[in-house]
Amino acid sequence: MLLGRLIKQDWGRSILLGTLGVMCVVVPVANLLVPEDSAFHVSTYTVTLLGKYLSYALLAMALDLAWGYCGILSLGHGAFFALGGYAMGMYLMRQIGTRGVYGHPELPDFMVFLNWQELPWYWFGFDAFWFAMLMVVLVPGLLALVFGWLAFRSRVTGVYLSIMTQALTYALLLAFYRNEMGFGGNNGLTDFKDILGASLQSDVTRVVLFVVSAIALALTYLFCRFVVTSKLGRVVTAVRDADDRTRFIGYRVENYKVWIFTVSAVLAGIAGALYVPQVGIINPSEFEPLKSIELVVWVALGGRGTLYGAALGAVIVNYAKTWMTGAFPEVWPFALGGLFILVTLSLPKGVVGLVRSLPYWLASRVLYMYHKWGSLIRAKFSH
Amino acid sequence: MFRRSVHKDKPARGFQPLDDQSSRFLARKPSRDELVNTDSGYILYLEDITVSFDGFKALNELTLYIETGELRCIIGPNGAGKTTMMDVITGKTRPDFGTAFYGQRLDLLRLTEPEIASLGIGRKFQKPTVFENHTVHDNLELAMEADKRVWATLARRLSGEERDRIAEVLDIIGLKEEVLALAGSLSHGQKQWLEIGMLLMQNPLVLLVDEPVAGMTKQESESTAELLTTLAGDHSVVVVEHDMEFVRSIARRVTVLHEGRVLAEGPFEEIQHDAKVIEVYLGE
Repeated sequence: MLLGRLIKQDWGRSILLGTLGVMCVVVPVANLLVPEDSAFHVSTYTVTLLGKYLSYALLAMALDLAWGYCGILSLGHGAFFALGGYAMGMYLMRQIGTRGVYGHPELPDFMVFLNWQELPWYWFGFDAFWFAMLMVVLVPGLLALVFGWLAFRSRVTGVYLSIMTQALTYALLLAFYRNEMGFGGNNGLTDFKDILGASLQSDVTRVVLFVVSAIALALTYLFCRFVVTSKLGRVVTAVRDADDRTRFIGYRVENYKVWIFTVSAVLAGIAGALYVPQVGIINPSEFEPLKSIELVVWVALGGRGTLYGAALGAVIVNYAKTWMTGAFPEVWPFALGGLFILVTLSLPKGVVGLVRSLPYWLASRVLYMYHKWGSLIRAKFSH
Repeated sequence: MFRRSVHKDKPARGFQPLDDQSSRFLARKPSRDELVNTDSGYILYLEDITVSFDGFKALNELTLYIETGELRCIIGPNGAGKTTMMDVITGKTRPDFGTAFYGQRLDLLRLTEPEIASLGIGRKFQKPTVFENHTVHDNLELAMEADKRVWATLARRLSGEERDRIAEVLDIIGLKEEVLALAGSLSHGQKQWLEIGMLLMQNPLVLLVDEPVAGMTKQESESTAELLTTLAGDHSVVVVEHDMEFVRSIARRVTVLHEGRVLAEGPFEEIQHDAKVIEVYLGE
């Protein structure tokens, strides 16, 4: 009985929150207090890399909320991530002030280069941190609200919806590549100096950004968990499994879909805002359809419909990517494709599903062995 | 011709506008019973409903009235339009012509599926459709009559009264033992019962039940018959069924559909001996 309960218990939640809690303490100490020549020192490069993984994990969790629980396979979630990132990048650009190459007090370098005379209207307000943070949430949220309202009201589902989300992110990609848009064209926004008065190059700022990412991921997990365990969560999974039935018991299915899609987009935007100060650049390549597809692979690999599985998948794939693009860069796209095929064919529930079923598998092997060898041994001794 | 003779005495539906000023100024949402006016004794009015799919007329000027509290059986060969008729009533299919009223005021053709469901028309599908990844309890909870808007649902918790209601329905449908089982793991008959339970949780005024005893044992179908008979009176029940024995056991009034229109209507014995009905059923 006890064994059964131990197997059944959902460890993913405790492991995720525990790991994040431990990392929040260990990583700052190992980076700031442990001397550099010690074996326990964690380099600032690693801290930033980990922080980047955490923002990816948050993005994956956001997608899992829409795809794993509501069945909305968005192949354009990278767009919301990038929009959140751009909002943060605009704030960071405005913080450069006169330290740019051209030393213009108001205009970012790329605008001076393009001979622009004044700041476009949509850049106003981004010098204030609170305004930029508001936009991090509002811009992806509003886009998802409008897009979702139009798509779900017309009952666009399945493959058609996925294709439309691809088109959405591709359209934004093309738009953001244009210099006239006023977001730095193909170079994007970079050369950031400081955030809230603290230098982005200092170790302390890097560690703080890492800790903020960890806390944001933990809070996102708790929030998503609250959503999916509420009655709304049960309605949403009902919509995923049988949307017609849900309609006939009185739920307005499209409203639920729009809600979950919008919440998911807002979370993706927050992930983007955490990502940009850590990697130091945001450019239109984040809108590339391939990036959004990669994101789907993270979630599928980790195991969709569990939230922590998505976070795990994001870390595994990105760790593999960091390692492989260093070791054999030309192999990576094939490895990613192969991974997706492998997961689709043999791991429908992802790594989390595999780990969950391991105890059952082991137990069944043990029982099998016991029966097979046990009867042989008994047969031997009975004669 | 025949259709007209069936409805010689067409019930009057005095039309009253829905949004009368009083309810607007009182700033109170009118209750369901106020909206669904059944003073005339009829709850569903379908008139001249025509639905065509690629030229094929699934319903052909169908006219049908359902009395408040009656138990009506609808029979007919395959393709007679029984399921399409339910689709029209529940808002899934919009007819090309005709009118469909719910009570004297509510135009069904202008309401969406969730609106129709919230106003008290519940439906059981032909193929049992339950939420397979939810427990029996959650299936009933989801179906329960409640504020079904998004934000209200997010903060929703079950009250003691509602728990009692779920327990009561579990008792009626005989799934007390399976309350925490996933609906997907139930047998076919149990899924049928669960879906009937979900229908009860909605507390509907009209129950549209499509083939309730398909896949049930004789005993199960007997208790289904008993349940439906008890429900009639407080609710109006419309049953579509192929199983003649079952129809005989519950029917007070039977409507025979054929090629999208009403072929005959009346008590079971009368229908049984109707020459046209016999021809349709046996002649092919």
